[in-house]
Amino acid sequence: MQILVNGLIHGGVYALLAVGFSLIFGVARIINLTYTALYMVAAFIIYALSQIAGLNPLLSIIVTVILVSFLGMFSYQIFIHPIREHATTVLITTVAMAMIFQELLLIFFGGHFRGLPSLVSGYYVLMGVRVPNQYFLTFIVVLIILGAVWLLLMKTKLGIAIRSVALDREVANLVGMNTSRIASITMLITSFMAAVAGVIVAPIFTIEPHMWLQPIVIILAIVVMGGLGSIKGSFIAAFIIAFAEISVVFLVPMGSFLKGAVSLTVMIIVLLIKPEGLFGVTFEGER
Amino acid sequence: MLHLKGRDKMKSLFLWLIKTFKDEFLFLPGKFIGFLVCIFLFILPLLNNEPHIMRIFIMTFIFAIFAASWDLLSGFLGQMSLGHALFFGVAAYTSAMLNMYLEWEPLLTIPLGAVAAVLMGLIVGVPALRLRGPYLSLATLAFPIILLGIVYIFRDITGGELGIYGLSRLGSTMFQEYYITLILMVTLGLVMWKITDSKVGIIFHAIREDEIAVRASGINTTKYKLLAFSLSGFFAGIAGGLSVHFIRIAGPSTLELMTSFQPIIWTIFGGIVTIYGAIAGTLILYPLMEFLRVVPELRMLIFAGSVLVILRFMPEGLIVWLLDKLERECPRCKVKNIFTRTTCRICLANLK
Repeated sequence: MQILVNGLIHGGVYALLAVGFSLIFGVARIINLTYTALYMVAAFIIYALSQIAGLNPLLSIIVTVILVSFLGMFSYQIFIHPIREHATTVLITTVAMAMIFQELLLIFFGGHFRGLPSLVSGYYVLMGVRVPNQYFLTFIVVLIILGAVWLLLMKTKLGIAIRSVALDREVANLVGMNTSRIASITMLITSFMAAVAGVIVAPIFTIEPHMWLQPIVIILAIVVMGGLGSIKGSFIAAFIIAFAEISVVFLVPMGSFLKGAVSLTVMIIVLLIKPEGLFGVTFEGER
Repeated sequence: MLHLKGRDKMKSLFLWLIKTFKDEFLFLPGKFIGFLVCIFLFILPLLNNEPHIMRIFIMTFIFAIFAASWDLLSGFLGQMSLGHALFFGVAAYTSAMLNMYLEWEPLLTIPLGAVAAVLMGLIVGVPALRLRGPYLSLATLAFPIILLGIVYIFRDITGGELGIYGLSRLGSTMFQEYYITLILMVTLGLVMWKITDSKVGIIFHAIREDEIAVRASGINTTKYKLLAFSLSGFFAGIAGGLSVHFIRIAGPSTLELMTSFQPIIWTIFGGIVTIYGAIAGTLILYPLMEFLRVVPELRMLIFAGSVLVILRFMPEGLIVWLLDKLERECPRCKVKNIFTRTTCRICLANLK
């Protein structure tokens, strides 16, 4: 039961991060390793606003999410957009940006571990397990955000544009879409998702300036396993990986050392059976 | 008669060396600078033999081999490996264990470590053949992390977090170690450069650009991909073995994510698909990183910031950008010329 609860929470957070990562890969064709750094920045900003500056939690959440979304978009426009033709250079630029965020946070906040009090207190006993209300809130927020993104992608004009750019950038350009603007908007949306993820995990996980490194590996595993660019795939793979990880930690002695290894082994097995991931599209045209 | 023939051969080789030196090294700024840097590195210990400085340079040379091996696989073949630490780590642990438990000499353990890395390269290479592009990069990212988990589980053999320590030294003095690593870097760098310049190298380029076309022209791409994986693994393995015998600890840091990313940063900073770019990038960035220890808090920030800014304006890498400014290719006979010339030095064509 504990496995189920923790698996759902981790799975939800991973799903939120992985869907955003997958979306930006699909649209802009960049492997954005800064992504989880944004999530960390969000966690730190909310810590600073609510604990140090003493703002109202709800207000600080809104401010954080807006700040981080625009931070993500502007960093894309300034540093990545001009060099997007050089795929490997973009990769290193995103790593460098993540390192800069990490170092800035280390300078401003120091390296110790921090926690944030829960937004809602109390807990609920579910089949003999104490489940804090914060967990329910987290899970509901994850579902709402993912649902909203899904609606945006499937039902609105912008969503159709985003999907068509992801499908074929050149043709989308030919029929008159401003592909670079759509890439920027996608960056804004995905940064928003990273920010929300950062805000909701802040009370559950510990906050420290290296917290971006562990999730980035897991998210890469999830996204690859689900198939790059496939949102449904990322969502399902996130829960598979989360459950695999949590079961190993709970059931195997010394399992926490194997946490990363297990999820990556699951990923490699999936890739060996199906090289384009669970729901991946093959990029035949791109070769 | 035979003796004369040998002497003639020697003479012609000698003349050829002088000719290349005169025509290439003195007239091309890129090669001239490279030559000067080599000379400088060779006489550096005579000018300044402070152990601290020599230590930094020895590590730089080892990592330059590592970065060049990454460039060989990922730059030339286009198989972006984000887990190059795998080769480094496997060779490091193999050499360390052979040295520790069987008490073999570094002269033997380093090549054996490299062989272990080659075997690992083949093991990784087989699944990698099924994967393309980003899938491959992200799958390779996974291997060192999986191995790291295994290292932590078998802590009585591998030493867990502490690693294996107390290994024998590479050379008896710092001086010796400096020249061993420097000479190895220069020779292995030249070997890698020659490989990529040969027919094999051309096939690597072709596979990167269009694999299906290469297969259609009757070339077994699988064979070449596995070749690249094992070559790259071999060179990275030598770097791994050298490093453990120099710092005398084989710890889990050899398998960490940062060990995989560092050669990528150096190579892309210098210029990808060049080999010399990888080596030059390491020669610039690694010492810079060490000298920045005077400001420990800002060290990583300055490092990442400078990489970010330089790549923003020179996305192809610093060295490639510099060479582009310094040298100009003749449009008629494709010979490289210094930027100050207005006509080609061979065919006198107009260089505009």
